[in-house]
Amino acid sequence: MYLMQFLVLAAFLFCVGVYGVLVRKNAVLVLMSIELILNSVNINLVALGVYRGYDQAIVGQVFSLFVIAVAAAEVGIGLAIVLLIYRNRASIDLSEVDLMKG
Amino acid sequence: MNWFDDWALTLAVFLPMVGVAVLALIPRANEDLHKLVALVTSGATLAVGVGILTRFDYSRSRMPQFEVDRGWIDVINSRYHVFVDGISLPLLALSMLITVLCVIYSWNHFPEPHNPKAFLILMLVLETGMNGTFVAEDLILFFVFFELVLLPMYFMIGVWGGENRQYASIKFFLYTLFGSALMILSFLALFFLAPNTAGQNTFDIPELVAAGASIPRSTQILIFAGLFMGFAIKVPMFPFHTWLPDAHTEAPTVGSVILAAVLLKLGTYGFIRIALPILPEAAEAWAPWIGGLAVIGIIYGALGCLAQRDMKRLIAFSSVAHMGYVMLGISTLTDYGVNAAVFGMVAHGLITGMLFFLAGSIHERYHTRELARLGGILKQAPHLGWILGFCAFASLGLPGLAGFWGEFPAILSAYSPAEALDEGLFRIYMVVAAIGTVLAAGYLLWMFQRTAFGLPKEEFSDAHIHDVHGPEWIAWTPLLVLIVVLGIFPNLLFGITDDAVGVVTQAFARVGG
Amino acid sequence: MVLQNIWVIPAITASSFVLILLFGRRLPNKGAEFGLMALTMTFALASIGAAQWVGRPADLEVEPASTIKSAEAHDEEGGDEDHGNKSDKGHAGEGAKEHAGEGAKEHAEEQDEGGHGAEGTVAEAGEGDEDHGGGHEAEPIRRPVDRRWAWFQTGDVKVQAGTHADGLAMAMLFVVSLISLLVHVFSFSYMHGDERFTHYYAALSLFTTGMFVLVTASNTLQALFGWELMGLCSFMLIGHWWDRDGNKNSSAALKAFFTTRTGDVGLLVGISILFFAAGQTFDIETTNRAALTGQIGSGVLLAAAAALLVAVIGKSAQFPLHTWLPDAMAGPTPVSALIHAATMVVAGVYLVARLYGVFWVAFDIGGGGINPVAVVGAVTILIAAALAFVQADIKKVLAYSTVSQLGFMIMALGVGAWTAGIFHLFTHAFFKACLFLGAGSISHSGSHHSFDMVKDMGGLKDKMPWTFRTFLVATAALAGVPPLAGFWSKDEILLGAGKNGYGLFMVVGLIGAFMTAAYMTRCVYLTFFGEPRGAAAHHHPHESPPLIVVPLQVLAVLSVFAGLLNAPFFGELFGKWTSNSTVLGAGIAHHEFSLVAAALSIAVAFGGIATGYAYYWKGFRVGSLRHDRGPTGMLYRLLVRKYYLDDLYEGFIVRGIREPVARAAYWTNQKVIDAVVNGAGIAARGIARFVYEIIDQRGIDAAVNGAGIASSETGGLLRYIQTGRVQQYAALMLGAAGVFALALALL
Repeated sequence: MYLMQFLVLAAFLFCVGVYGVLVRKNAVLVLMSIELILNSVNINLVALGVYRGYDQAIVGQVFSLFVIAVAAAEVGIGLAIVLLIYRNRASIDLSEVDLMKG
Repeated sequence: MNWFDDWALTLAVFLPMVGVAVLALIPRANEDLHKLVALVTSGATLAVGVGILTRFDYSRSRMPQFEVDRGWIDVINSRYHVFVDGISLPLLALSMLITVLCVIYSWNHFPEPHNPKAFLILMLVLETGMNGTFVAEDLILFFVFFELVLLPMYFMIGVWGGENRQYASIKFFLYTLFGSALMILSFLALFFLAPNTAGQNTFDIPELVAAGASIPRSTQILIFAGLFMGFAIKVPMFPFHTWLPDAHTEAPTVGSVILAAVLLKLGTYGFIRIALPILPEAAEAWAPWIGGLAVIGIIYGALGCLAQRDMKRLIAFSSVAHMGYVMLGISTLTDYGVNAAVFGMVAHGLITGMLFFLAGSIHERYHTRELARLGGILKQAPHLGWILGFCAFASLGLPGLAGFWGEFPAILSAYSPAEALDEGLFRIYMVVAAIGTVLAAGYLLWMFQRTAFGLPKEEFSDAHIHDVHGPEWIAWTPLLVLIVVLGIFPNLLFGITDDAVGVVTQAFARVGG
Repeated sequence: MVLQNIWVIPAITASSFVLILLFGRRLPNKGAEFGLMALTMTFALASIGAAQWVGRPADLEVEPASTIKSAEAHDEEGGDEDHGNKSDKGHAGEGAKEHAGEGAKEHAEEQDEGGHGAEGTVAEAGEGDEDHGGGHEAEPIRRPVDRRWAWFQTGDVKVQAGTHADGLAMAMLFVVSLISLLVHVFSFSYMHGDERFTHYYAALSLFTTGMFVLVTASNTLQALFGWELMGLCSFMLIGHWWDRDGNKNSSAALKAFFTTRTGDVGLLVGISILFFAAGQTFDIETTNRAALTGQIGSGVLLAAAAALLVAVIGKSAQFPLHTWLPDAMAGPTPVSALIHAATMVVAGVYLVARLYGVFWVAFDIGGGGINPVAVVGAVTILIAAALAFVQADIKKVLAYSTVSQLGFMIMALGVGAWTAGIFHLFTHAFFKACLFLGAGSISHSGSHHSFDMVKDMGGLKDKMPWTFRTFLVATAALAGVPPLAGFWSKDEILLGAGKNGYGLFMVVGLIGAFMTAAYMTRCVYLTFFGEPRGAAAHHHPHESPPLIVVPLQVLAVLSVFAGLLNAPFFGELFGKWTSNSTVLGAGIAHHEFSLVAAALSIAVAFGGIATGYAYYWKGFRVGSLRHDRGPTGMLYRLLVRKYYLDDLYEGFIVRGIREPVARAAYWTNQKVIDAVVNGAGIAARGIARFVYEIIDQRGIDAAVNGAGIASSETGGLLRYIQTGRVQQYAALMLGAAGVFALALALL
């Protein structure tokens, strides 16, 4: 069983995603990085599902499908927000979006 | 007439409240109607009282009669339990009678600032409180009624009182409330420490009487202390009496009368009904102290009287002395003593009530109560003067008048107190109390001489002084008649109380051996 | 029979009181008719009753108690039986309600039983008895007639009201009703036109009722009723003219009531002690019997007797509480006659005579030597007689004379001469009433309402012949001139004192008799002889109207003959009639008339009169002593100031209590006790302020505010975290997640 390799891959993807989320200033890139994090989770889900036994693998796969669906919706709404920010400010630099500053 | 037996006491207590409701609905300007309603209500209450008196089974006066026992506050197992027996019956009747007479007396002279509506409402609320206290057989019920009388009296003094009314009314209210606070603590202690035979905690007085003796002696003494404070302040005993002269002096006439005639009895009644029977061992431990304070009160009250220049204040102080005899009787824990105490309570109610009426009437006529300015009342208003003389003699304990039977048996009983008490000490009390009768004669006759004898002082020599008038005659005659009748036939009262008193004092046979 | 129904007698006068008060004013004679009618009826009833008493067979035999006493010491059962009798007695009394006669019989039988119970051992005790009483056989006496009604009940004790008719009571009833009747008649004329005539008669009726209640009482409590009722009436009557002379009259009334009330402390205490000592009963006979048979411990008995003696001293105006009596002269003169002769002051003497068993045993009167009762009597005789010499007011002379004569009576009872004591009470009533009414007659018609012998009298003997004659007869009787009333009774007292081992007291009695004769001579001289002075000279004195003179004549006749009732050659009837079970129970010795003693007392009486005659008829004037600086002058001033007793009582004790003591008490009240209360109030407010300002405002509230401030400041700090940058938040989340992950991993 090659579980370890899948987990390492997922961890790598997750780290890349987190890095992207924390460091990139471009909102679209941040969204993409979130996508990476979600996908790393998907990999984990599928891999661990298979790891529990083939008859159980379906659980992990269904979960991943859910995540993919939710991620699609999230990206949709996220892009819409980014679009609106751009229209208002002519920029999608996240460091400038600090209206919630206390 | 079973219906009456079930409802008599409830009627006696709450009928005045019906009157209050009616009065509240009548517009303020309609004074005559107010007086009429108040008279009818208090009269109807008195009629219920007469009904109770006639239906009462005097051969079984130790038994609870007209008993009602219904659930009330189930959470704390407090019940609406009322009955009368030989001890409470005379006091209940006294309270009813005094209220009617007070309504009649105030017919044409409501004190300033007038307002008969409010005044009469307060009077009727007072009656509910007083009647309720005398019939309540549940500590919480008792407490509620006991406190209910405070408020109307507070307003009566505070609104219709004399110059210094604010101070007097506050003092009266707070002082009494202070005692009540300690009293309720003791009530709660009894609740928790003396469960009834079924093992339940209870506020029911008869059940507590049966269970109270099981409380350890040292605890009893502490509980008794709380009860003592509550009742002794109400009596009032030396040295807790100082609210009394102020309250009396400032109160309107009717307020003074009710205060003296009934309110003071709530305290002594509490001793006889609650403190003594429930906590017999503590009573024995406390009795020498109570007796001591009582005789100090007798001498002290008399000396206080001798120093007074104001007639009403003098009479107020005499209450301290007279209640001293009552408390002395109670402290002996004997049949004689407690009988004398109940008799003394009724007699003091009649006589001192009457004296306050007189002081009020004299004040109304002369616009002063200063002894130095009065004089020659017998010349200007002979009836008034002679009635004053009569009451002075009744008050100093002349045999043949009611006061004697409160005083002499109390002195008598002190010679031979309950077994557990120190005879020698109580015999000293006896002699001191007997000396008190001399001082009583001194201040009362001195007052009588200063006010009634001689010629009127110059400032009043031309004044037209009205002799006793209609409402006064109606209000006073029953009191005067009762003073004489009870004085000659003491058995009218002893016959009722004696049997019931036996129940109270039998506890001391039980403990004292 | 009247004897069973003597309750009627006080009832009549009591109803007369009520009727006079209710209707008196509307009647033509202002209510006097009720009083006169009532007193006539009571006098008739009392006379019939007395006759019936005399007619009763003397068939009750009483053992001297000393036998019973020693018998009980031997035989416990006898004592128990006696207790049993006592408790049964209540039932006997109840039976008497309907069958009074039977009740009385039963009662008597019980007494017999008591005797029988002890009989078994009489022989053993007989010897001791002979030592003591001289071994004379007790004569049978008349059975007292008792009647009882249930009165009230407290505890297990049923107290009964009742009447007790025996010789003493009947003699008293007779005297009281007679004197009171005469006073009523006298007053009708004397008080005519008085503003409060109706009140006066009402009070007279009530006063008489009080005395009737006292003498017919079967128990001490009832006696207390009569006793105090008289106190009340004396107050009303002495203060009758309360609107004259400022507060003088009412002060006298107050003083009388107050002084007797001081004595009454003793009565209240004494009655209380006896009530328990005699086994929870007020009954007088039972009490006497208990005392005589030794059921009462000597300490208790002594306390009771001492307390009662205080009451007697107050009521019977004995030294040192006699000062109210002369002041009581402020009342109308007929009242003085009534108070002094038949009621009020003799109540004390009557009480001693009634409760004689108690006094006898407590003070060991039979033992001779000295005892408090006799001492009080003897001292009173002398000090009062001395005071009588310096009075200018005729009524005060008579008043001190009464005090002195009461001293004789008390002394008689104190030396064991029981019969002599009450016989003196009996005879004294007649001549003293006669003297007082005579003084009233003089002031009414002779001296223009003045009682001052020195200023307003003199030479009245021809102007007022009947007043003079009756006054002279009464004076002679008082001085002890044989064969008038006073001689017999006084002689008996002196004889009793001498024979019972009270020699000293006999001497005192003789001195007293001498002084009495002398000051009465002075009084007669100043009033009727010499030159008319003042009002007597200017206001045309004349004889009084018949309603005044007739009572005087009646009393004068009685003053002459009353003494014969107990004279030796008439069989000493009075003694036999009044003898009762207490007297016999005590085993009081009876003494035969002695010629030597009689001669002595006659000599003293005439000696006194002769001295007085020699002194006053020689032109002596009161007043010369006034400026004397020697010891006689000092004595004189001492007497004028009444031994400074009044100054002591009024100036020191009464004023002391009324002023400094009462003030101090009140000061304590206001400044100490009330200050504590007020202080508590002020302190409460102070504490409240402290609580509010320090604890509440600066403590709790500060804490609350502080919490707010603290949170806002923390928020201010935390605010810096809130940058609004999504990525920082994410970084924080990551960091936090990392920390938690680390924590999880480590734990």
